[in-house]
Amino acid sequence: MPSTYTLITGETLASAVASYTFSAIPSTFTDLVVRYSMRKSDTNNGPINVLVRFNGSAAANYSQTTMLGIYTTPISSRESNETRFLTYAVGGGSTLNTFSNNEIYIPNYAGSANKVASNFDSAENKSSTDFQWGVGARAYLRSVTAAITSITFDGNGDNLVSGSSFYLYGIKKS
Amino acid sequence: MPTTYDAIATQTLASSASSIIFSSIPSTYTDLRLTFSGARTGTGAYWVRFNNDSSVLYSQTVLYGDGASVSAGGQNNADLLEFSFFTTFNTIPIFTSIDLFSYSGSTNKTVLMDLAKDNNGSGYVGKYACLYRSTSAINRIDLIAPTNNFAIGCTATLYGIKNA
Repeated sequence: MPSTYTLITGETLASAVASYTFSAIPSTFTDLVVRYSMRKSDTNNGPINVLVRFNGSAAANYSQTTMLGIYTTPISSRESNETRFLTYAVGGGSTLNTFSNNEIYIPNYAGSANKVASNFDSAENKSSTDFQWGVGARAYLRSVTAAITSITFDGNGDNLVSGSSFYLYGIKKS
Repeated sequence: MPTTYDAIATQTLASSASSIIFSSIPSTYTDLRLTFSGARTGTGAYWVRFNNDSSVLYSQTVLYGDGASVSAGGQNNADLLEFSFFTTFNTIPIFTSIDLFSYSGSTNKTVLMDLAKDNNGSGYVGKYACLYRSTSAINRIDLIAPTNNFAIGCTATLYGIKNA
């Protein structure tokens, strides 16, 4: 039986970048899983948004339903006709050497249907004077039928710092 | 290094169907993971059963967000598990996953289910902690559309995970 969960590519950043892109994603798998860990160069304390885009497109065809626990109060929100998905990094003002823990699962990424995906984020920070945390789950929809050939994580004006990591896995059904 | 994540079987619907069934599941793995993506032919519920068992041995606790608020709920002594406990499904594609731990062991079966469903203006995201109070090994999983079928193109895959 062939291996069904294969590392396509990935790396841990040796220096800060404004964005990170998986490009030329082969269409030979059935599903994709991205496991990643991030920290930004800003001064925020706690979880902070990073933008996710498929195929480098900033067209207004992204939507998401979100369930988040941030600090104390759980919330749910919805965004439609957006130019990106959102995911969490740890803000640069958080406890040193602390990074987020994230996953995106994309089924049927090379198929001809609109692209659905699920996301899970956790970002925890604890210092002697403060704590800021977030845990979230999101349903993603990109209303585009084209196969996904690239995935970009954009720091939204801030860098993704050294030590952030991005790993892309392909899953085969047979 | 041994293979630890195997695709046991996959089904892609060539015609709509009221259920997707994985049977004769081997007991040689440690855990199972079942993923599903696709849509429905119309509005309806989405059920899950193990071993074709409709006894009232199922319970679940659900944490979900509908785009406006976060809520929790659950059910006890049910005869099935429901992804549709607080939502329904329609022609919009969704993604679900089911993780079954120690599925062939002799203890009651704990299950985690995830649902992602967004429709550019509506949506639902849910996390489900589930229990199937049976000590029998799980050798069959049914995904059930009680009204309006799973649509053409729906794909479900069962993976086996080995600890070593």
